[in-house]
Amino acid sequence: MSDHHEHLWYDLFSRGARDWLRHNAKIRSSVREQLPRLIAEADILSTDANRKVRMPVRFLEHYRFKLGQDQEQSGVGQGKVAPGDTLGSPAPQPGKSDESGGGNDQGGVEFVVEMKVDEIVDWIWEELKLPELEPRASSVLQEEDWTREGWDKRGARARLDRRRTMKEAIKRRAVQPAPAAPFSNEDLRYRQLRKRTRPNTQAVVLFGLDASSSMGERERMLAKTFFFWALQGIRRRYTQLETAFIGHTIEAWEFNEEQFFQVSGQGGTVASTCFHKALEIIEQRYPPAQYNVYFFYASDGENFQDDHDRAVASLRRIAEQANFSGYVEVASPSPMQRYLETSRVFDEAITDPEHGARFSLFQQEDVWEAIRAFFGTQSQAA
Amino acid sequence: MSYRPLSYQHEIEALAQSYGLDYFPVQFEQVPPSFMMEIAVYGLPVRMPHWSFGVRYIYQLIQHRMGHSHIFEVVIPGNPGHAYLADSNRETENILVTAHVLGHADFSKNNLLFRRVQEQAGYHIVEQAANHAQRITQAIEAHGMDAVERVLDAAFALEQHIDTHQDLRRPLYAERAAPNPASRPAPPKDQFRDRFAHLPGSIALAEPAAKGVALPPQPESDLLWFIAHYAPDLEGWERDILLAVREESFYFKPIFACQIMNEGWASYWHARLLREARFLPDELYVDAIKTHSDVVRPYAGEAQIALQVNPYHLGFCLWEHIIERHGLDAARRIMATEDDFGFIRNYLDDELARRLGLFGFTTRRRGREAVVHAWDLDALKETLLAPKYHYGAPHVQVTEMRRDGTLVLQQDHTLDQRGLDMESARKVLEYIHGIWRRPVVLHSITGQGKDARIAVGE
Repeated sequence: MSDHHEHLWYDLFSRGARDWLRHNAKIRSSVREQLPRLIAEADILSTDANRKVRMPVRFLEHYRFKLGQDQEQSGVGQGKVAPGDTLGSPAPQPGKSDESGGGNDQGGVEFVVEMKVDEIVDWIWEELKLPELEPRASSVLQEEDWTREGWDKRGARARLDRRRTMKEAIKRRAVQPAPAAPFSNEDLRYRQLRKRTRPNTQAVVLFGLDASSSMGERERMLAKTFFFWALQGIRRRYTQLETAFIGHTIEAWEFNEEQFFQVSGQGGTVASTCFHKALEIIEQRYPPAQYNVYFFYASDGENFQDDHDRAVASLRRIAEQANFSGYVEVASPSPMQRYLETSRVFDEAITDPEHGARFSLFQQEDVWEAIRAFFGTQSQAA
Repeated sequence: MSYRPLSYQHEIEALAQSYGLDYFPVQFEQVPPSFMMEIAVYGLPVRMPHWSFGVRYIYQLIQHRMGHSHIFEVVIPGNPGHAYLADSNRETENILVTAHVLGHADFSKNNLLFRRVQEQAGYHIVEQAANHAQRITQAIEAHGMDAVERVLDAAFALEQHIDTHQDLRRPLYAERAAPNPASRPAPPKDQFRDRFAHLPGSIALAEPAAKGVALPPQPESDLLWFIAHYAPDLEGWERDILLAVREESFYFKPIFACQIMNEGWASYWHARLLREARFLPDELYVDAIKTHSDVVRPYAGEAQIALQVNPYHLGFCLWEHIIERHGLDAARRIMATEDDFGFIRNYLDDELARRLGLFGFTTRRRGREAVVHAWDLDALKETLLAPKYHYGAPHVQVTEMRRDGTLVLQQDHTLDQRGLDMESARKVLEYIHGIWRRPVVLHSITGQGKDARIAVGE
């Protein structure tokens, strides 16, 4: 037997690879644990779904009983040293493994998995059994469009179908006695167009964020996590999705995503400025006749009292144009510190649960519930 | 399969036998490096599947790719013994490896610990392990991956918790054939029992037996055995897996317990046989001796200080020292009767330890620094041996199985001088609970010396 054939025989053994694949299958759960951090760190809201994220994942550890670690550890070394000498960091010895028994402890090494954002979202949707978004029946936008349909013997020159015309000529010549004319007017075929309506697949998601100083790191993170999942769910539904980011204090500005979550302003909160800005963007760039509009506003709930009426009025106008308007309350877990003003504004402006809702987030775990609730209302509405 | 004859194999074997090396026949097999790597990871050419091997495999692969590890050979004791050699070894390396393997084969036939385990587990571990692997594959087909993995997670986690002082096929506790205390028949009445029960002054003696003997009757450290036989709701195929893992663990025990001796013995003999091998051409000899010094060197690369001890080097030097002092016959007696504990404690003397430059140290600043201890040979030996106690695992025993089936485990922290790492202990308890299916409780102590208790399934 040649060496080549011998190797083929041994190649039948790939137990190491097989057990490694099994390990990787089990690691999916640890990926899920890391998702909140992943979302927190990357700008993944406005990037396209084909983007890949690189995620460090720890090897799974197979646990055994082991002794608690002392701060200090003792060992035996070899070399020319004197008692009391201080030696630098222990360098790893090259492995000279020969026969390996059970129980060598290894842990703490990370490897990197690369996943498409889209795949992660698919998997989460499946895992959490989240409902799919269904646009409200009343709001499904119809867009008029010309589509090709059938052929005619007369028509505009530009729509002459040569292939079809050739076919007709061949058919005719086959039944006519020779010599037959190569083409006649009877052979000509023109494409016909017809007016059709088709559902609109464009959408825009507007995110509003209260950037006043009372919104801390934790609050922003909660809002960002919710925004991310809401956006992903909406993205699953529309082929074309655009985003806009509005931050505000007593004034509102449009930002790109990167700036959006870092922006921090001084002073108070006037929510109506944000709503106005949103309306302005909708009217100028995303006419509701062509776009499905979603609006999400995150805040800790504080708003100036004298802004109340203006906020309610402008929010009402958004609600009329949008498929859905959501208020994400990122609140302090302590009820004493909860501001309820923005909730009042939403309750007053939006009474139909199909047009909007509010979600209270106190901690990361609440995000899933809120997402479930949001997509729940949107799928029942269909 | 390739059993190509190795160069000079015949001559080396004849030379070895002339020095009194006494071994079962060894089958040499030259295999691709990828296969070598798997044997090194699994410890056996064919073994049960488990995802944790996949992790070890990747570590090995990384080491291999970085050029940190080249595995020349793996020897599996038995009759016949099996030696797997990397087919990428050079000819000179294989001369050395052949001699090295014969040293291992001599050791595993004559060392008492190896002999005892092989008498119990048999001389065909390669075939037995392949058989176990086959049974696992069938179990996966019959019961599904998750169910089998649940058993393997627990079994491999407790791999070290066996008692090789007991027999491999050890009987159940006396008078307790069945785990259910109620089903035991009352002892028959006879004259002796009657009189014994009415001895003046000691009435209580016969009573506890009637209430049911405590289970286990004394603390039990063979956790795999106890769970396999006394778990209240264990299924037959699950017991088979636990006992298969236990059997393989029996087989690995002497390899673990005699590593320094065994590697030293094999290194001593490859060096000695090469030295005496008049039949080797000069250039092969020089090359082979160079390979030898690469294997038994104490330091990594160019370093002059190592914070660990290469067992090949330590064992090799100890055997040279012993044979120089006491002669070969005495060395063979020591080889037959000791394990690493006796070997180090009895024969690592002050002179040798100083000559080797061994030193004890304690790490500081989270291991970034090490401070060298003052000279203390006994402390040094115990530090060297500390990781070898109890198969390298903490002492955990079953102390009680309650009437409701609760399993009570107790760590002997006086023996271990420390409590358990609670986080990993909880995970292990979860594994155990997966097959014990009743509450599992563990007692240990915290880092501050307070009592610690973990329970799963209560």
